Amino acid sequence: MTQARIELIKTRLNEVLQATQVEVIDDSHLHEGHASAGGAGHFRVTVVSDQFQDKKMLERHRLVYQALDDIMNTEIHALSIKAYTDAELASAS
Amino acid sequence: MDVMDRIKQQVESAPVVIYMKGSPQFPMCGFSSRAAQALQACGIEFGYVNVLEDPEIFENLPRYANWPTFPQVYVNGELIGGCDITIELFESGELKTMLEEAIKASSN
Repeated sequence: MTQARIELIKTRLNEVLQATQVEVIDDSHLHEGHASAGGAGHFRVTVVSDQFQDKKMLERHRLVYQALDDIMNTEIHALSIKAYTDAELASAS
Repeated sequence: MDVMDRIKQQVESAPVVIYMKGSPQFPMCGFSSRAAQALQACGIEFGYVNVLEDPEIFENLPRYANWPTFPQVYVNGELIGGCDITIELFESGELKTMLEEAIKASSN
């Protein structure tokens, strides 16, 4: 189930945000027994997309949430997001 | 009162307001806990709403804010972000400045 969810998240971010890099880490084990999660997972994503260009962090996170809108709450309980453009990633490394 | 009006009144009730699961003293979620700790570390006063105690707010805040998760941090009635953004702003030092300015402006 974990792997299927990771693939689903990756596919969405690639398609909707034309991401050049997507990394998804499943942190669900950190929240085992967390009743309010209702079986949905807890993920950490790093997304690199030029659609983030000139957008504030708030807007970038909204774009990520929107790309995953229909699976938020069903497949995803919590999402930790890092969002960069290609240029930012290049200058950071 | 309409729930959207109630939220608007809440976010404008103090310069800094956090919607979280649990309270700053007894957070019920790691993300809420970290965001509240960042606010506390800035040494300012802030208001909080425990969304677990208010199902109507829990259901409707995501729609109000166009933001699907908790916590949510508001400064001067505007959403600044959830846990990740609050922590990033805290680590860069911007959060403290932003919060202090909001509080100073409201006391004038």
